[in-house]
Amino acid sequence: MATRIYVPCDTTALSMGADEVARLIQYHAGARGVDIELVRNGSRGLCWLEPLVEIETTTGRIGYGPIEPDDVQALVDAGLFDGKSDHPLFLGPVADMPYLKRQQRLTFSRIGITDPLSIDDYRAHGGFGGLGKAVAMMPQAIVDDVKTSGLRGRGGAAFPTGIKWQTVHDEPWQSQKYIVCNADEGDSGTFADRLVMECDPFMLIEGMTIAGLAVGATRGYIYLRSEYPVAHRMLDEAIRRAEAAGYLGEDVRGSGRAFHLEVRLAAGAYICGEETSLLESLEGKRGLVRAKPPLPAIKGLFGQPTVVNNVLSFAAIPFILDQGGQAYADYGMGNSRGTLPIQLAGNIRQGGLIELAFGVSLKEILEDFGGGTFTGRPMKAVQVGGPLMAYMPASQWDTPMDYEAFAKLGAGIGHGGVVVFDDTADMAEQARFAMEFCTVESCGKCTPCRIGSVRGVEVIDRIRAGENRDANRVLLEDLCETMVDGSLCAMGGMTPFPVQSVMKHFPDDLTA
Amino acid sequence: MHRSEQINQQPGDSTRPSAGDWTPDIIRDEVDALKHKPGALLPILHAVQNRIGYIPEGAVAIIAEMLQQTRAEVHGVISFYHHFRAYPVGSKVIHVCRAEACQAMGGRALEDHIKSRLGVDYHGTTADNEFTLEPVYCLGNCACAPSVRVNDDIHGRVTPQKFDRLADKLTTSTLEIR
Repeated sequence: MATRIYVPCDTTALSMGADEVARLIQYHAGARGVDIELVRNGSRGLCWLEPLVEIETTTGRIGYGPIEPDDVQALVDAGLFDGKSDHPLFLGPVADMPYLKRQQRLTFSRIGITDPLSIDDYRAHGGFGGLGKAVAMMPQAIVDDVKTSGLRGRGGAAFPTGIKWQTVHDEPWQSQKYIVCNADEGDSGTFADRLVMECDPFMLIEGMTIAGLAVGATRGYIYLRSEYPVAHRMLDEAIRRAEAAGYLGEDVRGSGRAFHLEVRLAAGAYICGEETSLLESLEGKRGLVRAKPPLPAIKGLFGQPTVVNNVLSFAAIPFILDQGGQAYADYGMGNSRGTLPIQLAGNIRQGGLIELAFGVSLKEILEDFGGGTFTGRPMKAVQVGGPLMAYMPASQWDTPMDYEAFAKLGAGIGHGGVVVFDDTADMAEQARFAMEFCTVESCGKCTPCRIGSVRGVEVIDRIRAGENRDANRVLLEDLCETMVDGSLCAMGGMTPFPVQSVMKHFPDDLTA
Repeated sequence: MHRSEQINQQPGDSTRPSAGDWTPDIIRDEVDALKHKPGALLPILHAVQNRIGYIPEGAVAIIAEMLQQTRAEVHGVISFYHHFRAYPVGSKVIHVCRAEACQAMGGRALEDHIKSRLGVDYHGTTADNEFTLEPVYCLGNCACAPSVRVNDDIHGRVTPQKFDRLADKLTTSTLEIR
């Protein structure tokens, strides 16, 4: 029987040479007359080990990594095809690795294990179980299950998903409703959406289809950022296969109800991750933010009732429907129920995806999982939740990952990205960048954001140059306050958060 | 089409890619194929840019007329989005990530190195028309930063040395005839 060998095909593995590694493995197997079956699986989310190659043996899947193309010959010589341990890159049984074993993977239970585009593989690992139950349920019962789960929007705003669905459910059923997936994952340090789309795309399709059944929407769009070409290819192919197998289309699994799904490519505007701007963009317009109300749940895409959820919110749905909302709510703390997919990135030795129940402390993530910085230097600051969130100093790293605990510190969990900086980081430069980023990405509709960010860069430059420092610091504080209170959306309203955190926690860097 | 023209050029030829490599019929074909979609403008602009490499000024009037929108509306959409460009680019577009996770891993020094190695700033095209340099804010490869995208290929843990090897490889491979 052929030996099954897995070489991941997600963006990170590809960016580290996975295609070339796969080619060389095939070449050496051919040269030695070894019969192999090469599977391009998704990533396990152990990014620092990519490409992480696995060999299926009678005792489970044995891992090797990170493998560079130049390592393949030596690995083959050392018994790669037999899963032997005679090479420094040998990792042992992958499922037993502490980094994976300590996680609670409810959403990401399949990534890296399956072939992302195989429906059979997806079903064999529990896929479409949630949809199977949903087609036999009353729409209100689906919404109730989501409410029971306590799921809050994983895009960053943390709004209860069940309540949003209820609002759309309660709109007249004869109106055209839409399900829109926000896959414009623009925050630096975040890649969990990408992993869903590249490593388990049917899970997103299943979650959106369930949403369609719950609220009476027959059409869905995935608004995908153009910076994700691999995810784009994967989603298009997964949708094609799901249609062919009757999971999408005019009659979803014999339910007599239709759900059509289409990927729409964004065009490189960060602001389109804001839901109303995203809807404008889907309608073919400039991505200008809309004033709320009306809520998108009532007047959303093309003025119709629309569910707009993040990839991770939809991805949590199949588990919730399959196992029941309570099974999901059993994880977590306080009002943060379920699990949080944390993405550990930046200057970190062991970066990757860590899915855990809410409540784990930031320090455990950084030390137990991250294993310190990549450069080996001391950590200085951690930015959790993307470019619009605070830089947190060491004194705050005991904080549990919980929406309310972070909010109390003026910080946020956002989309769960954690970016680590070592002690060489110049925090004044980071504060300046926060404002600069806003000058590039502001949609321009409101003045505090459009003009405030430009003035912010200028004032920070003056402070750093030593010009009227005290007066300019007061001015910067004032400007931040104006932007927070006066901006139309989170872009201008939150850009000051990283700046204020630098003024508060790293004041010496500003005057260095 | 673009590529076959490139190989006829002498090394060091600084002519920009020809702006005449499209016809109104090409634009009409792309609009016709997509205009039935709700909110069709972005898909149409993507299709035109994929086909021609950019969105020519002359295409705006054609798209506007076929969608029954004003030219100002179409122009406004093109100019709003970083991805769409109204000018021709080199045979390869290099996107360098400027965002925080890459900054934490030496991204700023890498940006400087790439600019000086290519001899252009952001939005510029090298004299030999090989590369156009663009900034990007996150490629989602943040655990293996810093990252660079060349056309649709993403490269992780890019050091200045690794970038130089990549650029050398890319410069020689343009002479392949498909």
